[in-house]
This record gives sequence, structure tokens and C-alpha cells, in this order.
Amino acid sequence: MGENIFTGIAAGLRTYLAGAGVPPLASEFIVMVVKLLAVIIFVSLNVVWLVYMERKVAAYIQCRIGPNRVGPKGLLQTVADVVKLLAKEIIIPRRVDKIVYLAAPVLVFVPPMMAFAVIPWGEGMAPIDLNIGVFYVLAVASLSTIIFWMGGWSSNNKYSLVGGMRVVAQMVSYELPLVLSLLGVIMLTGTLSITEIVNAQRGTWFIFAQPLAFLIYFIAGVSEVNRTPFDLVEGESEIIAGPYTEYSGMGYAMYMLAEYGSMMVISCMCTIMFLGGWLAPFGWTFLPSWFWFFIKVYAMIFIFMWIRWTYPRIRVDQLMGFGWKVLVPLSLANIFVTGVGMYIYRAIGW
Amino acid sequence: MKTQTYVLNMGPQHPSTHGVFRIILELDGEVVVKATSVPGYLHRGIEKLAEARTYTQVIPYTDRMDYLASMLMNWGYVAAVEKLMGVEVPERAEYIRVIVGELSRIASHLVAVGTYSVDIGGFTGFLYCFRDRERVLDLLEMVSGSRMTFSYFRIGGVADDLPPEFFPPLQKFLKDLPSLCDEYDGLITGNEIFQARTKYVGIITPEMGINYSLSGPVLRGSGIPYDLRKVRPYGVYDRFDFEVPVGKNGDCFDRFVCRIKEIRQSARIIQQAVEGLPEGPIMAKIPKVIKPPAGEAYAEIESSKGILGCYVVSDGSPKPYRVHFRRPSFINLGYLDELLVGWKIADVIAILGSLDIVLGEVDC
Repeated sequence: MGENIFTGIAAGLRTYLAGAGVPPLASEFIVMVVKLLAVIIFVSLNVVWLVYMERKVAAYIQCRIGPNRVGPKGLLQTVADVVKLLAKEIIIPRRVDKIVYLAAPVLVFVPPMMAFAVIPWGEGMAPIDLNIGVFYVLAVASLSTIIFWMGGWSSNNKYSLVGGMRVVAQMVSYELPLVLSLLGVIMLTGTLSITEIVNAQRGTWFIFAQPLAFLIYFIAGVSEVNRTPFDLVEGESEIIAGPYTEYSGMGYAMYMLAEYGSMMVISCMCTIMFLGGWLAPFGWTFLPSWFWFFIKVYAMIFIFMWIRWTYPRIRVDQLMGFGWKVLVPLSLANIFVTGVGMYIYRAIGW
Repeated sequence: MKTQTYVLNMGPQHPSTHGVFRIILELDGEVVVKATSVPGYLHRGIEKLAEARTYTQVIPYTDRMDYLASMLMNWGYVAAVEKLMGVEVPERAEYIRVIVGELSRIASHLVAVGTYSVDIGGFTGFLYCFRDRERVLDLLEMVSGSRMTFSYFRIGGVADDLPPEFFPPLQKFLKDLPSLCDEYDGLITGNEIFQARTKYVGIITPEMGINYSLSGPVLRGSGIPYDLRKVRPYGVYDRFDFEVPVGKNGDCFDRFVCRIKEIRQSARIIQQAVEGLPEGPIMAKIPKVIKPPAGEAYAEIESSKGILGCYVVSDGSPKPYRVHFRRPSFINLGYLDELLVGWKIADVIAILGSLDIVLGEVDC
């Protein structure tokens, strides 16, 4: 498994196209399309795998075995489920706002997919290396609020409406500590480029320099992807399934799969901002950089799942109280401490 | 800004109303302004059906009331008929009744604890409780041949003696039970979020508890140590040494904790009953055709949900003239509408779950 297997493929493709007499602009375009397609396919497959992984993790936490019938070790269970859901009728209740109702599950996959455009899967393996990558991911990820709200509002169901209201309240309040916690890292590095932030962690990972920011980011991230203990949006024991209540078949499946997509985005960002991205720990560079990246992302995802299957759900007022009274002041304090620390650091001139 | 309340119909197909219970909620945002509970979706007319059956044929119907603690439902009914007939139940049968009744109580409380964990949003606790409930059901299956609707009690005794292979797994279960309870305490009770969700939520004051005739863990959660097994012992309960766990604040948390503590106490009772199990017959001498003398009788037992009362009227024929059940789940629901006002949607589920209703019993 070579370090440059993927960049090698891209370079090979470019050389081949140049040899075939394709003009540089067109060849660049083709390479870009191939790259993005690869990311989209990879993310979709990964999401299918994550559903299986979640079911297995949940099963072992709950003293069960989990899916073990379809395919070896039940590996094809999600595929079978998706095929089944594809064959299901898409029920459109009579009094829904049809266009918005049908658009929401299609659009829900867009924000996480867009975010993946700038995620570096390994050294030099970002599909697009934006100089404001962090800003872009935050901006794109917060779009999903509107899509959940679309589903909740258009369903014309009170449970969906309550769920939609909760989405907006929750995401807006947790977006704030999410962004503020990343500010500490950005202050330390002085850049918004993802590649540069990862390279700045060659000495120490930012989880050690900014432990509080990591904690805040992680908690706010759990809330952003609506997972237990912050899964009030679905809150199946209270409001059935929140915005998804009226959806059936693939419409419902899209919401579910998008949740795993968002979870990957949050885990990737955690890895990039705090866990050193693709950098190998202890100088163990015998494994390629993209391999390290995946180990870290999956460790984060496992923690997400672990929490989900251990904790109960908090109440809506406690959620808001925790967000505004604890996380926001803490993240502001973190920025203050980071600033003072940097000033002293420079003044002493270590 | 002008706002208005809206009506949210919760149930009968809602996942967390523990069956087909329906509450019509008038909400202001997420806060309950008015709640109207609508039971009756599982009404089968058991009391009326009983009038067309012989006394023994009524027993399987009682199984279907609180199907999570069928043994105790059997007990309530046969106790009333025995009182009416003046039958003296043999001692061994009384001990067997205590053993299977307390096992049934453990099974019922395990369901209550597990489903409450789901109501609060933690799914894992549910499966832990059900894993252990399975062992109780296996034990009761050895006794009665059935997993849930046992029909094991008979008027004047029990249907069959305990099989010898029943005792080793029972001892093993009793030995494991305290550590299993510690596991639930660690996973569910001790969780910060769980406590934040349940402490000081849905407080029932002792006065209101008595005024609304609540019973069982719902009343004891409010700090009133009223347990029929202790205050008015029936059967052979006066021979056992056990405590009646009570709560302090009367909130959801106390009611929940009471149930886990009662599981531990039930284990103590079973242990003593097994040790003191006397030899002898398991059935009193009663005629083939049961014809109680004309008259009426009312007997009460402490079921897992509260006080189960059974009122039987006989006109001297082989069929009861009238049977009425005082179902604790139903009576405990009486205070619900008042209790819910001012709490949020999520608390509605938390409060309803803490009352631990079984719809088969509510609607009868």
C-alpha cells in the first residue's frame, strides 16, 4: 500500500490524457470529475458501511450479535435494506406541500457531500485545496438546518413541525460554540486552509494545545448531527421521528443515510482540526497517510456510536440551557485564554 | 406577538404510550396546557365475559389484564373466590404462590425499568433488562408451561407442583440478581442525563397520592410505605423478612428507583420462601364443580403496579354473577391529566412511563 497510490493514479491519468492529445484544460476537467466522482462514490459506500457498523456496535454494547444473516457476517445487510427501501412506495400524504416535501430528502445529502470537497483524505489528497477550507465546511454544513426544517414544515404534521422547530433551535444554538471552538485553533495557526492547519500540527496535535476546544467541538458536533444525547430532533419516544415522521421508503432512508454523512464530516473535521489529520503519531510513517486519517476518523465515529448507545436523551430546555449557558461562555473563555497565552508566549519570546 | 395553543394527539399508535393509550395534549409551544387522557382502546369486557364462564374458566382472562405480571393477576382473582368459598389454601401452595408471584413481580419491574430507559431515550438499558427478564420467563415456563399467560393458579391452590429442575436455575438467578441490579443502577439510574430528566419531574405529593387512591411504587415513590404485603399481609407474607422501599420527593426518579429496590426485596422474599418451602398438598379439597354460596367477597393483593382488588358476587350458580377488578394501572392514571400540566412533551413521556401502566389492565 503505497503512500502515493491515489495521487499516483491522478498523475497517471493526467499523463495518459496528455499523451492522448487532450488539451490541458479538458484533461484538468476530466481529472476533476473523476476525483469528485471517486469522493461521492466513496462517501456513499462508507455511509452504507457505517449503518452496518452502527448496528454491530450497538449490538455488542447491548449483548447481542447484530446483523449476521445477509452476506458474510451480515455485511450485505444494509445493501439489502436499501434495496428493500427503494422498492417501497413513496407515500405522499394528501395535504403536504408537495415540492418542498419531495425536495427535502433529495437535498439533505447535498451539504455533507459538498463539505467532502475540501476534506484531505491524505497528504496532498484534498479534492480541492481551498485557502478558506474551514470556513467553507462550516458554512456548508450549517445549510442542513434549512433542509430539515423544509421536511418538518412541509409534512403538515404536528410531530414533524415540533421536530422541525427543534432542529432550527438546536442547530442555531450549537453552531455558535462549534465555530467559536475552532477559533482557538485558527488563532494558533493564523490560517483557514485545512492543509496548513494539518501541517501546523507536526509538532503537537491541537487536542493537546486546545483540549477544551476539542471537547466543546465534539459536544457541539454530536448536537449538529442530531445524535444521542442530543437527538431531540428525532426523539422517537417523544415526537415519533420528528421531521421524518411522514416519510416512507427511500425518502426516509435518505435522511438516515445523510445523518451518517454528516457524522463523517464532523469526525473528519475533528481529525483535521485536533487530531493531526493525516499525520502519523510517533513518527510511524510505515503506514500511508490516508490510512492514518481513516483510523482517526473511525475512532471518532466509534466514540459517537458508543455515546449514542449508552446515554439517554436530554430535554429541549436543558439542551438550550447547556448550549447557551455552558458551551458558549466556555468557548469564549477558551478564545480569551488562547489569546492571552499567545501574547505572553510572544512577549517572553520563547 | 400573538401566539396560540395547538392540540397534539398523542396516541393510540404512539410508540411511547406503552400500548394503545391516548392523550390529547393542548400545547403552548412544547409546554402542556391541558391534557385529556383517553383510555379504552384495548377494552375487551373481561368483567362481562366472566359472567358467562365458570369460576375456573375466568382465570385465563385475568392473565390478559396485566400480561406482564400474570401470576399476580391470577392471584387476585382466586383470592377473592377462595374468600367467598371459605377455602383454606394448603401451606405449600401458599409458598409456591409467593415464589411465582414474586418472580412475576420481578419480571414486571424489569419491563418497567427497561421501557422507562427507552422513554428517556437510552435504548441499551431496555435490552439489559429484557435479557434478564428472559431468565425469569424461563423459570416460570418450567412451572406453568407458558411464558406470559400462565393460568397457573387454581381456586384452592396451584395447578402443579414445582419441578425439581426449577430450583438450580432459580438459585443461580437469585445469586446474580443483586449484581444485575447494580448494572441497571450503573447504566441507567446513575446517569447524569437520566437524573436531570427525571429528578423533580412530575412530583406527586403524599397528600395527592392518597387523595387519588394511588398505590404501588407510584405511591411509595412519594414516601408512603404502604405495601399490602406489609400493612395487611395476605397469604404467608407475614412470615418473610423484607423492607418496603420508599422514595423521598415523589418524582419520576423516586418511582423508578423504588422499582429497582423492590426487585432486590423480591429476591429476598423468594430466597426465604424457597428455604421454608414445606411439604404437603398443593390443592385444597374443593368440589369438581365450584359453586360458591350466594354472597359477595372482595380480596386485595399487592400486584406489581399497585393494589389489585377483586370483587366477586355469587348467586349460588356455577358462574359468577358479577366480577369486578380494581386495576391499579387504571386508578394510578386518574391523576395523570392534572400531573401533566406545565410540563414539556418530553416530560409527558417521562411521567407516563414512571406510572408504569399496562394497557391490558387499564382497559381490562
